[in-house]
Amino acid sequence: MSKYLVSAIQNIGHRVIEGIWRLGVGTRFFLLVLLKSGTSLRRFNLVIRELYFTGVLSLIIIVVSGLFVGMVLGLQGYETLQKYGSESAVGTLVALSLVRELGPVVAALLFASRAGSAITAEIGLMKATEQLAAMGLMAVDPVARVVAPRFWSGVISMPLLAAIFSVMGVFGGYLVTVVFIGVDQGTYWSQMQSAVDFHFDILNGFIKSCFFGVAITAIAVFEGYDAPPTAEGVSRATTRTVVTSSLVILGLDFILTAFMFRGVS
Amino acid sequence: MQRTTLDLWVGIFVIVGIGALMMLSLKVGNLNINSSTQSYVLTGHFENIGGLKVRAPVKSAGVVVGRVTNIQFNTQTYDAVVTMAMDSSFSFPKDTFASILTSGLLGEQYIGLSAGGDEVMLKDGDNIMKTNSAMVLEELIGRFLFNKASE
Repeated sequence: MSKYLVSAIQNIGHRVIEGIWRLGVGTRFFLLVLLKSGTSLRRFNLVIRELYFTGVLSLIIIVVSGLFVGMVLGLQGYETLQKYGSESAVGTLVALSLVRELGPVVAALLFASRAGSAITAEIGLMKATEQLAAMGLMAVDPVARVVAPRFWSGVISMPLLAAIFSVMGVFGGYLVTVVFIGVDQGTYWSQMQSAVDFHFDILNGFIKSCFFGVAITAIAVFEGYDAPPTAEGVSRATTRTVVTSSLVILGLDFILTAFMFRGVS
Repeated sequence: MQRTTLDLWVGIFVIVGIGALMMLSLKVGNLNINSSTQSYVLTGHFENIGGLKVRAPVKSAGVVVGRVTNIQFNTQTYDAVVTMAMDSSFSFPKDTFASILTSGLLGEQYIGLSAGGDEVMLKDGDNIMKTNSAMVLEELIGRFLFNKASE
């Protein structure tokens, strides 16, 4: 009996140590990527190539989901608000919830599953087929040549994608409430403009999406670089990227929101 | 893929992204009112500010002429000190009357300024002498009941 108890406690201890160890390795790898980012700044073409894969190819999913999220927000917001006779506030509802929360968070979740997983799979497969080792043999630093450009492309494209998501959402809300239902167009925009503040809402949402971009791509490149060089290892690393970055996004969002909006209203 | 098409698509992506940011700040956030204009500071002492909040608008004749930047409690006189940042393109006479009003039945509270006739204008850091407190529903009902009872 006591043998099982001891082994159970050992199991817990092993997992905790393993987790902390991975966190440490991940942080050191993140610092290493930052340190070796000089190459990607000097040869910006590498970053532009990656921007095409992470940013441009994510556009369709971001635009379509933004549009539909905005349309649903407009519809649901209108249904509830018209009970209180304040359907003119639907523009405020749509814009504030998109700019403050939904834009950065949903765009980041989509980005993690669309681009983050792709980065992990690509780097992991490069490692499994020994391309990274071959680069090392040719005295090309794989971190500077492969990892850093992917990291920076994610950091650049995430805030832009979040902004596009929010704009599409506001447009979707406009489409449903003004064009289909018939809320007055002037009230939709003017209520929105008087309620949304540049510093408190838009700038904070932008800062949030920057944080998310760094977190997602740092996790994605680390999981790819750290993946066991087997088919199973790469598939597990890809899954872990999506799960970990989704959890990190939600946790980070709570912390950032607590810091940003605590003092307001 | 060709280098030039790649560059073209990334260029389009970045321009659309920055355009979305611009649209958010200009069309949705209405940037031009808040930050770019020059402002001067006025203070006012109110007996009761009701539900007035920081960032509430300061209006005169219904036009937004400034914003509330700070609300503090004065421990000497036991009243509320409200600091307002006023758009410096609007100046008001020294005997301007400031009152706390409510927009609509359940709307937000704001400060309404009604200009007086003094020749001297309010300067940066000045204090508005004539103020009118917010209406508190309980006080109104209390006064109404009191008047009814005395009839």
